[in-house]
Amino acid sequence: MTSEIVQKYFRIENLPHIWCPGCSNGVVTRALTVAIDELGLDQDNIVVVSGIGCSSRAPGYLDFNTLHTTHGRGLAFATGIKLANPKLDVILIAGDGDVSAIGGNHLIHAARRNIDITTIVFNNNIYGMTGGQYSPTTPTDAKGTTAPHGNIDKPFDIAQLATAAGATYASRTTAYHVNQMVKYFKDAITNKGFSMVEVASICPTYYGRKNKSGSGVQMMQTLKNDFIDRMAYDKLPEEKKAGKHLMGVFKNITLPEYTAEYQRVIEALQGGESNE
Amino acid sequence: MSKKTVKLMQGNEACVEAALMAGMKFFAGYPITPSTELAEISSEKLPRVGGKFIQMEDEIAGIAAAIGGSIAGLKSMTATSGPGFSLKQENIGYAAIAEIPLVIVNVMRGGPSTGLPTSPAQGDVMQAKWGTHGDHAIIALSPQSVMETFDITIKAFNLAEKYRTPVIVLTDEVVGHMREKIEIPEPGDIEIVNRTVPGPGEDYLPYRLEAGDIVPKMAPFGAGYRYHITGLFHDETGFPSNSTENADIMLKRMISKIEDNRDDIVMFDEFMMEDAEYAIISYGSTARTVRNAIKTLREQGMKVGLFRPITIWPSAEKEIREVGRKVKKIIVAEMNMGQYVQEVERIVKSDAEVFHLGRANGEVLMPSEVVQKAKEVF
Repeated sequence: MTSEIVQKYFRIENLPHIWCPGCSNGVVTRALTVAIDELGLDQDNIVVVSGIGCSSRAPGYLDFNTLHTTHGRGLAFATGIKLANPKLDVILIAGDGDVSAIGGNHLIHAARRNIDITTIVFNNNIYGMTGGQYSPTTPTDAKGTTAPHGNIDKPFDIAQLATAAGATYASRTTAYHVNQMVKYFKDAITNKGFSMVEVASICPTYYGRKNKSGSGVQMMQTLKNDFIDRMAYDKLPEEKKAGKHLMGVFKNITLPEYTAEYQRVIEALQGGESNE
Repeated sequence: MSKKTVKLMQGNEACVEAALMAGMKFFAGYPITPSTELAEISSEKLPRVGGKFIQMEDEIAGIAAAIGGSIAGLKSMTATSGPGFSLKQENIGYAAIAEIPLVIVNVMRGGPSTGLPTSPAQGDVMQAKWGTHGDHAIIALSPQSVMETFDITIKAFNLAEKYRTPVIVLTDEVVGHMREKIEIPEPGDIEIVNRTVPGPGEDYLPYRLEAGDIVPKMAPFGAGYRYHITGLFHDETGFPSNSTENADIMLKRMISKIEDNRDDIVMFDEFMMEDAEYAIISYGSTARTVRNAIKTLREQGMKVGLFRPITIWPSAEKEIREVGRKVKKIIVAEMNMGQYVQEVERIVKSDAEVFHLGRANGEVLMPSEVVQKAKEVF
């Protein structure tokens, strides 16, 4: 039996999904619908945009206004939609390669504008759709099909990247920490400005096999064990900090939002005209 | 008599004036000469009419945001020149397959690459047709004057809305920057076409073609229809489909909606063609050079006429074929090393001998060169 959440927010007729056994994309996608449900948002008013990649196929399964665009460009399309109709709740779903490699420019500029779009990054540290090539978030020394001798690149910290670029909300959680994920999604959607939730995810098929990370269940365990709240991390003794990854809220502030600022320009001009 | 406002105006300026009269409410772009006036004037005027302008971080984002604006229900435009036109190509294909109305202005300059900024050229004619990957049909219009820039920009929006397709306004540096007198009609005297939208409560399939329609109806996002748009091949539901049978049906519909409506889309102009024994085919600003040369050649007794495609794509196939049957020889004059001449050769086949007069060094063709070429080959 499908749950009420799935019945209400998923396009059941399009299931089963294309994702591999053990993939965490389903967990993250479902958590998004739980957050939307708990916020009581109008389904007709929600636009979910994506680029290209495994996670970018999620909008096709979701019963909202959904837009599957070109590789990396989801945020640019989303910017057009949000500016054209600021009443819409616009959410972007993106993978690490999509949003931080080919779409990196759009990410930093959407964050800089503080346009009210919620970006959810399914960060599985690999290009899954194309067969396991290293991405901008693949750890140094990890293997990918284009890093057979070990990755010499240094990885991006996507949540911090968004923070530095001007996002007014940025947080990181994992596919294991579902309750926290739902809370972060709600906070991100509620924030009037550019919001980013990076969800550390797993790709057992490509990342896992190449790097001997074990099964999907084992990779979930690793998420549970390796990620620690940034506040708790600061209190850890130095010897226990090695190998830990930070999660938690990196930024949560209020600044003028882009479409609201544009509306002010319109109103000032149109108000000026009516006084003539 | 309908009233017209007479103004002195640049081609790029006329383009924005027309876009606003056609109902443009959204512009997204990136600065590039010689198209920048389009962005500048749009940024000044759009918010005054409640429209939106945004300068994006790059050319790709410019067209992507414009497509987004159109999906949200606003008539949208982006503008660029050579290098930016190359960058926009992938998303032109997206707008084609997803059937999103959009106007893309390309004020052509010399290329390839950064090329000759910002001397005039007509080197993007084939790129306008085949720049994006994959099979598709496209509409591209090329004006020769400021007045015509105004007229075809209105037409471009109307065609984009009517056929749910990206339409390219292929102007050039000469037309874009030249100042001429234009007569702006009253808003009520202009035909404006809007996309057809589904009625309230209608059982809506986003890519289902209803009887009597040319294209499927297009609901703006947020209007209560909750549907899916993708750059993947999709069926009537809008969801991806790997069916080869479906891909065939969809691709043929996407192409035939434009190819089968050439009579509605194709615009052209003729000058002294009635008794012509020779023809010169030329478009955009180059056609003005040719027109001048034809007067000289006529004075010297040569029966030569001008055929000027205004719609570049789809080409005026029927009319160009007729030109080929009527005359002995044709010169295709254009500011490139031989692009539209290939289309003319394809159409006229052996009916007439086809010659090319072109240059892509940043200088416009001079009437004397056209006269000389005509004397040489006719």
